This record gives sequence, structure tokens and C-alpha cells, in this order.
Amino acid sequence: MAKRELILAFESSCDETSVAVIEDGAKILSNIIASQINSQKRFGGVVPEVASRHHVEQVTLCAEEAMTEAGVTYADLSAVAVTYGPGLVGALLIGVAAAKTVAFAHHLPLIPVNHMAGHIYAARFVKPLVYPLLALLVSGGHTEIVYLKAAGEFEIIGDTRDDAAGEAFDKVGRVLNLTYPAGKKIDDLSKQGQDTFNFPRAMLHEPNYDFSFSGLKSAFINTVHNAEQRGETLSKVDLAASFQASVIDVIVQKTMRAAKAYPVQQLVVAGGVAANSGLRAAFQQAVAAETPDMDVIFPPLRLCSDNGAMIGAAAHVLWAKGAHADGRLNADPGLSFDYASDFQA
Amino acid sequence: MLVLAMDTSNQALSVALVRDEALLAETTINIRKTHSESLLPAIENLMTAANIEPADVDRFVVAQGPGSYTGIRIAVTTAKTFAWTLQKELVGISSLAVVASNTQATGLIVPVFNARRNAVFTGAYCWQQGQLVNVLPDRHQDLAPLLAELASQTAPVTFIGTDVPLFQDQIQAALGDQAQFVSGWAALPQARQLAWLGEQGQPVANQHRFAPQYLRQTEAEVNWLKQHPTASKGHEPYVEEI
Ligand SMILES: Nc1ncnc2c1ncn2[C@@H]1O[C@H](COP(=O)(O)OP(=O)(O)OP(=O)(O)O)[C@@H](O)[C@H]1O
Ligand SMILES: [Mg+2]
Repeated sequence: MAKRELILAFESSCDETSVAVIEDGAKILSNIIASQINSQKRFGGVVPEVASRHHVEQVTLCAEEAMTEAGVTYADLSAVAVTYGPGLVGALLIGVAAAKTVAFAHHLPLIPVNHMAGHIYAARFVKPLVYPLLALLVSGGHTEIVYLKAAGEFEIIGDTRDDAAGEAFDKVGRVLNLTYPAGKKIDDLSKQGQDTFNFPRAMLHEPNYDFSFSGLKSAFINTVHNAEQRGETLSKVDLAASFQASVIDVIVQKTMRAAKAYPVQQLVVAGGVAANSGLRAAFQQAVAAETPDMDVIFPPLRLCSDNGAMIGAAAHVLWAKGAHADGRLNADPGLSFDYASDFQA
Repeated sequence: MLVLAMDTSNQALSVALVRDEALLAETTINIRKTHSESLLPAIENLMTAANIEPADVDRFVVAQGPGSYTGIRIAVTTAKTFAWTLQKELVGISSLAVVASNTQATGLIVPVFNARRNAVFTGAYCWQQGQLVNVLPDRHQDLAPLLAELASQTAPVTFIGTDVPLFQDQIQAALGDQAQFVSGWAALPQARQLAWLGEQGQPVANQHRFAPQYLRQTEAEVNWLKQHPTASKGHEPYVEEI
């Protein structure tokens, strides 16, 4: 039997420190996640310096627990992987420094991983991926439609022009006095409300796969402030439901259009906002109605937000394609996939 | 004992391999390049030159701050990861002490790092029987009260640091002839000194919790604590495994 491939994967791009041990890119032996949400919610969002300080105190602890829980030694490991971008530079640097050191100390190869590739490959824990494939990335910092012609080949075909979807959830949440991050709370409130406000659906009919959420955000804020000035209180659950319906409508319709235009059999919906129950239901419905032969894959909830396991899954694919780094690896906070050659910004 | 010492607290990066009290290899890089790109390659080169394997090192010594927040985090993360992953000792030494140890001056030695807005990271040290002793604890402080405190001393005071020229006029005005100055390359951190200080230090008991000595809370936390004065008395854990 061939030796199993074991990757020790580090993630520290934002406010989770996470280390995982992944077998053959598809099996989670451990996935330790230390979340700073209790700290960052004090500030209503992630303060980069605070995030970096927490990461330093978590990183070896998470790595030790990951190794122990997986029951592996350094001699068993095949490689070390790490998120080197995109994200907060000071936060990324902690994972990068730790991963480089472990790789060097134990003479292991080092695999640099794009965090967004990680979000996509979280889907690999659900089932094997079939290419060409389409991925929708909806997270705190990104809203992108990515076409994968083959494993580990990424092309952005659609992008947000302003706010990311998760960012819009969080900003609107602040107006509703919800603690950071607000996505899950808006999702829960929505279930009790109705789409009564008819917020705009931006760029829905434009012939591209791009998004815009800042107009929706402004419309939401104006609606709430105008009501306040009139001394009225609006239904919180209806506000949440109306906001979420607008986001979902645009995301699902534009993504489905792309899914029909590209020769794909699978659609991966990934990133923190992919945890949204309304979004999941809407995609399932749209796929059943419009492209019943297409498989829509959502990673399990725990793997939608940032974690080391998804980095290990992506590393497996990228390593096979020759990705490797050495002690010079630096954080690249603005790292991005390439845009498709016909992409028009 | 084989020691690997590293300091990335300020612009200069310095790493050294020291066996007992013999220097095997040392590198100091003082250019504007990120420590993240330079630190591990510098360590690799030292080890290759000295024919040393990472696992041969007995003790990892790091300049723990104060200094540039990002800078100290890089060396601290690297050193603690080495120590943890190879199950070796870890020792943290004040970044100010490292620079102070460059001079053999008698009287007080006051290392100074610019902390902007006319504030400094500083402390006071002196030599006693061949040991560098901390006299005034490291702190973040405005320059004026520091100079007032030092003016009441009678001993000579040697200010050392690459940032000292920025403050020389103010220091001279407050202390006159009592003040001596060391700057330029003589004030760069030397990892051999760090290794030597670290050989005498106590290994840290909880390596996982080892963190930089920033000597300053973040602005966000300072503001938040002003609005939530009772919060320091107890709160849910800020970081939780999920
Ligand atoms: N159920 C949900 N519905 C909507 N949004 C959600 C839900 N759960 C989480 N989110 C949102 O997901 C975001 C966090 O996702 P993630 O951790 O992937 O983002 P990030 O890592 O900060 O950004 P990026 O991956 O783009 O760098 C937050 O904005 C949060 O509000
Ligand atoms: Mg993310």
C-alpha cells in the first residue's frame, strides 16, 4: 500500500487560528480552530493588531493539538502547508512564520496556499470534485465566481464591485444592533420575517457575472434611519428577511447564469456566507429547476468559515501541480486568483 | 549548550549561533526588507555555514520586545515554534537589554527606541560584576518625564540606540554633560550578545503562551476599556476553541 500523504496545514488570515492534519487531501484527521470572535466583537469588527496578538498565543497550541488529535509524528508528515494570502498581513505572518519553521526544522516541503483556494477545496470533504467546475466564493472579504478548468486552475469570471456579501451582512447587522459577525444572526432573524421592503437587486440584469452590495447597504441604512426620524420602529425580522432576500436573489440568479454558460457539472458554494440557510435552500431549488444534472456542493458548516482543514485540502491539489515555497515565503495580503482573459472590470 | 539567538525588533535583523561562549556564526542585516522574508533564510545560512542541524540546537533565544509590533512577532513566533516543535528550551530577553549590552559604559545605560509622537521604549541598565542588571524596568514613556527622572541621578547616563540622534538635542538640554551617546552601527543589536544574555536566562515554562513584550495595549483595547471600566475584572475567554 502506498504511504498516505499527510499535510499539516496552518491558517491565520483573519480572526481564526487553525491547524489541521489532512490525509490525501480528503480526510480530516484533526482540525483545531481557535476563534477570536469574543475578542473582536468588542470592537464591532476585526482589529488587525488585536488579531495578530491573539494568533501568536494560539499558533503552537493549535499545532500541538492538531498533531496529538491526529495521532501523527513529524516522521509521518509529508508536507507543511500555510495560507499566505489574502488576508490581514500581520495575521498571515504568524501562520507563515510558524509553518516555515516547522517545515525547516523537520526538513519537510512547504506548500503556499491561497486562502480562497482553501474555501473552494473545503468542498472536497463532501465528495470528489469533477472538472471543469464552477465555484461561488461568498465570504467576509470576497464575492467571486471562479471557474476551474482543471484541478488547481482558477479564473475569476465574476466579482463584487464594492462590498463583499459577508461584509454587507456585518454592516447591516451593526445597524440592527447585532454583535459582530452578524451573518448567522440575520440568517436566523430572516426565518421569522418576510421580504416586505423590496430592497434593490443590483446589477441583476447586466450582462456580466459581477455583484454590487453597497447600494443595498445604503438603501437598508436609509430605510432604518428615515423610520427612526419619523419615530417609527420597523420590524427587525422583516428588515433582515428583506435584506437577505435581495442578497440571495442576486447571488443565485447570477451564479446560475454562469453555471449554464460554462460546461460544468458541479457548483461549489463556499466561504463563510455559504453557511446561510436561505442561500443554500435557494441554490438547491434553482439547481433542481434549471440544471437538475448539476451537482451543487456546500461544505459542512464548520468548514465554511476559516479553518486549517480546507487549506490542507487545497494544498494537496496545489502540491500535485508543483506549488512549493521555501524560507523566503512572505505574506501576500492582496493575493488574488487571475481574472479570466475576457473579464471586464 | 548550543544557542540560536534571533532579534527582529527593529529595522536590523540579527541572528547568531553560539556554543557555550564561543561564537560560531552571526549575521546582521540592516536594510529595508521585511523580516518575514529574511529571518528564516538567515538562520538556514548560519546553520549551513556552521554545519549545524536545527535539532542540534539546545536553546532558542529571542529578543522579546519592545520594538516594532510586527517585527517582534516574527522572531517570537519563529523562536517559539522552533522550541516547541523540536522540544527545546526557549528564553526571551528584552530587546532593550540586547542593545544596552553593546556598551561597557559605567553608570546608567539607557537604550532608546523611537515609539513616535516623542515617546520612546526605554529602560535603564548597568553593569555589576560582569552582569547586565536592569535598574529601571522597560517601559513606553514620553521623553520629557524620562529625562526629568534621569536628571535627578548623579551617575553618567549613556543613551544608546540607532534612534538616539532624533532625541539628542532634547537629552542634552535636560542632562548636559551627564549624557553620553552611542548610535550608528555601534547601537545595532548583535545576536551574539542576545545569545550570551539568553544563556544566563531562565527557560520559559509555558512555551505556548509565550508572547512579545509590546509594553503597550492596542489603541482599540485602550479605548474599549475606557468605555468598559469593569471589564478587566473578568470576562469570557477572548479566544476559544470551536
Ligand atoms: N449563516 C450566515 N449567513 C450569512 N453570512 C454568514 C453566515 N455565517 C457566517 N456569515 C458571514 O461569513 C463571514 C465570515 O466568513 P469567512 O470566515 O469565510 O470570511 P473571512 O475569512 O473573514 O474573509 P475572506 O475569506 O474573504 O478572506 C462573515 O461576514 C459572517 O457574517
Ligand atoms: Mg475566509
